Parts: sequence; structure tokens; C-alpha cells
Amino acid sequence: MPTKVDYKALMDLPDERGHFGPYGGCFASETLMSALQDLSELYEKLWRTPEFQREFDYDLAHYVGRPSPLYHAERLTKQVGGAQIYLKREDLNHTGAHKVNNTIGQALLAKHMGKPRIIAETGAGQHGVASATVAARLGLECVVYMGSEDIRRQALNVYRMKLLGAEVVAVDSGTKTLKDALNEAMRDWVTNVDNTFYIIGTAAGPHPYPKLVRDFQSIIGREAREQCQEMTGRLPDALVACVGGGSNAIGLFYPFIADEKVEIYGVEAGGYGIETGQHAAPLCDGRPGVLHGNRTYLMEDDSGQIAATHSVSAGLDYPGVGPEHAWLKDCGRANYVAINDDEALNAFRTLTRIEGIMPALESSHAIAYAMKLAATMSPDQNIVVNLSGRGDKDIHTVAEIDGIGI
Amino acid sequence: MSRIQNCLQQLKDQGRKALIPYITAGDPQPGVTVALMHELVKSGADIIELGVPFSDPMADGPVIQLACERALIYGTRLVDVLDMVSEFRSQDDQTPVVLMGYLNPVEALGYERFMTLAQKAGVDGVLTVDLPPEEGLEFCAELKKHNMDAIFLIAPTSSDQRMKQICESSSGYVYYVSVKGVTGSAALDVDAVDERVKAIRQITDLPVGVGFGIRDNESAAAVSRVADGVIVGSVLVNKIAELADSPAEIPQQVAAIIKGMRQAMDA
Repeated sequence: MPTKVDYKALMDLPDERGHFGPYGGCFASETLMSALQDLSELYEKLWRTPEFQREFDYDLAHYVGRPSPLYHAERLTKQVGGAQIYLKREDLNHTGAHKVNNTIGQALLAKHMGKPRIIAETGAGQHGVASATVAARLGLECVVYMGSEDIRRQALNVYRMKLLGAEVVAVDSGTKTLKDALNEAMRDWVTNVDNTFYIIGTAAGPHPYPKLVRDFQSIIGREAREQCQEMTGRLPDALVACVGGGSNAIGLFYPFIADEKVEIYGVEAGGYGIETGQHAAPLCDGRPGVLHGNRTYLMEDDSGQIAATHSVSAGLDYPGVGPEHAWLKDCGRANYVAINDDEALNAFRTLTRIEGIMPALESSHAIAYAMKLAATMSPDQNIVVNLSGRGDKDIHTVAEIDGIGI
Repeated sequence: MSRIQNCLQQLKDQGRKALIPYITAGDPQPGVTVALMHELVKSGADIIELGVPFSDPMADGPVIQLACERALIYGTRLVDVLDMVSEFRSQDDQTPVVLMGYLNPVEALGYERFMTLAQKAGVDGVLTVDLPPEEGLEFCAELKKHNMDAIFLIAPTSSDQRMKQICESSSGYVYYVSVKGVTGSAALDVDAVDERVKAIRQITDLPVGVGFGIRDNESAAAVSRVADGVIVGSVLVNKIAELADSPAEIPQQVAAIIKGMRQAMDA
């Protein structure tokens, strides 16, 4: 474990082979290595050019609808009684979540590489929808892999993807959730690597994915920084975001990493409770290993088999986590905590009822923790919570829990 | 000279090619594996690739995915696979055994402990599908220290520079993946394989094994004409799946496939 880490130096990571301390890297099968190296080279070359930035910024402004607002949730703040709670409204983006920031960026890369076909994996369906959306806009063929259990949980998003022209492939292997969808997408990519661009939806996977997903999502934190300074005259005291693979969280956190006084909280899915073992919180209750192309914290059994996870929210139901989060944890720069299904559902109802904003079940984990945290802080302090997605897609799940058939 | 180098050198001296079957350890149940290994050797296998079951076999097609699932129902762990190798070794100290699998079970056991146990069990080589040489420096050094060979894959997409790097890290043999895809996918194109194997030979003196897409006597014989070793997996594992409910028949019936390939290769 590192003793004293220069927070500023953390922002220079990953190294050129994709390492965040001992985490990250590129653990892929040989067939994909050349494609990953090509992608890495192209990305390094393009990302900082004014042309690419201009194209990316244009799409974010005119297609996604950025900047997304920073909203002072006054009634929620009042109810909790403590720090001021601000919501970064990624739910207001086109397609309803932060996912589109990344798919816009990766689709631009696909276009530059001349690949006519894109594939994606999805859990809650938000990344699948965001991928199908950019594919429709660019006229690309799109195949989305989704666990059959998630297809059942997220019927609305499945139909959305189909309407957008994507083919949704049900994955029946393993636990039939996000990790298995990722396996299947990797298998597709190995087979069709010549004409296919794989749009990974989270800040995990083999290098350079964790880096480029973070860079595309960092627009969230850059805006929040500016908006917070404008609205409150200073930086926030704390940041809170939910962590599945961790793309919305790293997008919010990254621009604040060097700001030592800003406390950072990543909220994992506590499922039925950490003590039950039935959760999806590898940073709280896992150990380092290698899965899906990177070294990171995993939920696994003693012999290194990946464990089944549980969360009420499909988007957090994943046994791994982005490698940058693993390193931020070990360095002590960020705190990782867990919120159970019940607490998340309560936060879903609370925010809906008193602010008129229905959060995704994923984001509800962040809201729930922010409420706990705010109560321990004073009214002159500020918390920025990433409201990563809207909750329409989860109405079915919540209704089922309420015993109502829709 | 390692058991693998020795075996391949002898075959070369005899003008023959290596036949290398792959089976998943513990599939469909733990009791079958060692008996099957012996039967494969009797039927003409020169080296055995023993798959270590993993819950998330990303580089494998449905046939081997299901084999992993069957093996994991009985909880076959990496340490159990090593016990199987020990048991095999008690009756066969000639045939090289290569473990093939994914990195995470090895990470969970710890490199040091794995190396010690594997060497003691009589493992000769290790092929870790999701460990490219640039991430595997420490791993390879440890293998070498414990007298085991590090076997890496070369793909149709590998650049010349990568092939060089891979060959420099490899010992025993290199494994050329004949098709872009997962295990058990499309049939291979022998002419294309021939061309690539020749390119590999420009870079290294290591023997070249070819796998993926070899499914019958004809393709085994065709590949044996251009490579030093023929690696066969999914077609055997498919047979094991068919016989999952009558495991006693597995050793003989699976070995019969190898026997046919051996004859076709030696003809």
C-alpha cells in the first residue's frame, strides 16, 4: 500500500501500457492485442487535436444537450438537514444517462477507423441504448449483448434498442448478467475484429478503454467544477457517485483528484447487505484479480472463480470495477462505501416525491449515500451528487417490488 | 532439456508431428480426467493440454464454456487440477502436460504457491490465454525458475513485431491460433496457416503447434503437413458433452477420435 501519494501525479495515470499502480493493464487474448494497440495509438494521436475536440464538443452541445445543469436540491437538503445537496443532472442528457458522453466519443473513433459495425455490452440497457443511438445517427450496424436476466429486468430499454435498429443478443451463459454480456461481446470482437469497433460502456476492460472512457466522461466533472464555483463561489466539499464499473463516477471524480480538500465517495451496490455476501461491491468486500482485460478488485471465491453478484439495479450488478477506482482506493484518495437495495429504493422514492426527479436505481445508490453523508455535515458545506441517469427504465422493477403489474 | 522439448525433438528426429489433445479438467466430473489422459496417450497423443476450468472463459466458444460449467458444478479448482496431474504422473512420467486456462485462478492461488505446486505435480508448461507476454514478465521468470515452459499464442492478427516479442518470451513451443475467433469456431484455411507458420519460422526455431478449427482426420493431417504440432480441443470436448451421462464410456470413445487423427497424420 502506498504511503504518501502525490494526488496531482494520480492525474497523469495510466502509464503508457495502461497501469494505474498495480491495476489496469492489458490482459487480452492475442487476437485482440493488435486492435487494442491500434486503438490506443489512434486515440493518443486524435484526442488532443483541436479537430477531434471540436467535433466531440459540438456533438455534446447539440446532440446530447450539454452542459447538463447542476441543480440545488433545496427540499431534499432541508429534509436531510445538513450539507447542501447539488445534483449533476446527467439524467437530462439525450437518451437519459451519462452513457452517451462515452458512446459519442467512441463512435467518433470508430468513424476515424472506418469500422462499419459496432458492438456493445449492456447491463441496465442504458449503454446499449446510447450505443444504438449513435449507431443510428452514423448509419452503423449495431449489435448489443445483454444478459437474459437483464433483458427480463429492462424490457423497455430492450425495445428501445430494437426501435433504434440494433440487434439485441440475449446471453444465456454464466449468471446471465452484465459480466456474461461482456464475455460474449469480447467473443464477437475476436471473431470480427477486422470490421468491428467494440464500444465498451464502462471505465474497465483492457487498456486503452479505462483511459478513454474516463476522458470522454470527464466532461461531467469539468462542468460540475465550473458550475459549483459559479453557484457557491468555491469547490464542493464532497463528491458522491455510484460505482458499478465506475464510468459516471470517474467522470465526476477525475477533474477533482488533485483538489485535496474535496472528499470523494464512490457508492457500490450493497445488495441484500455486505454481510450476506449477496451484493456487487468488490471495492468494499473483494480482492484484486484479473478479469475482462484488467487487474482490479473482484468478487470471487477462494479459488479465483468469479462470484455471482446481486443488486436491485442491473447497471451495478457487476463483479469487477474500473482499475482507476481500485488505485484511488488503495491510495486513500477516494472512499468506497456500499448502499443496500432497500436504502436505494427509499432514495428513489424520496427524490421522486420531494424533488419531482425520478432517478435511475443506479443513481439512487448515490442519492441514498449523499443523504446519509449530508446529515453528518454542516449547512455551509456542499455535496455534488452525480445523478447519472433517469429512472423511467426502472418503473417496472419498482412496480414489481410494490406488487403492481404494469 | 524439458519434457516438452525432449518430446518434440524425438518426434522431429522420427519425422513425425505432435498430436496435442485439449480436454477440460474435471469435465464432466473429476473422476474421468486421469483415465481419459492415459487413454489419450495410448491412442497416440504426444502432449496433453489440460484446461483449468474458469467461470468466465472469454476466449472460448460455447463448447468449452459448457465444459467449464460442467467441471465447476463439481467445484474443480486449480489445486484439484494439479492433483489430477500428480495422479497422472504416478503412472506416466514421459508425456508432457500443459495447463491451459485464464490468469485469475493462478492469481488467486498466488504465483509462488502455484509454481511450487505445479512443478511438484509434474506440470511441464503453462499457457495463460489472457496473459500477453508484456504483462507476463514476472510470470515467465517464475515459470523458468521452476523448470516449466511458458507457452504463448500467436494470432492471425499478430504483427511481426509482436510475433518476435512472443517468441522471445516462449519456450517449449508456440501455439498458432489458426482462425480469428473463439475455440471451436469456423474451419481453418490450411494455405493461410501454412503461410503464417512459415513467417513464424523466420523468427524462431521453436516448434509451432496449430490449433482452433481442427475437427476431423483430414484437417488434422493437413495441418500436420505444415506445422510441428496439431492441437485438437472442441471436437473432443463435444464428444465428452454427448457422453456426460455415461462417463464410463468417455475415455475410450474420446480417445478413438485421437486414434483416427493419429493414423491420418502418420499415413
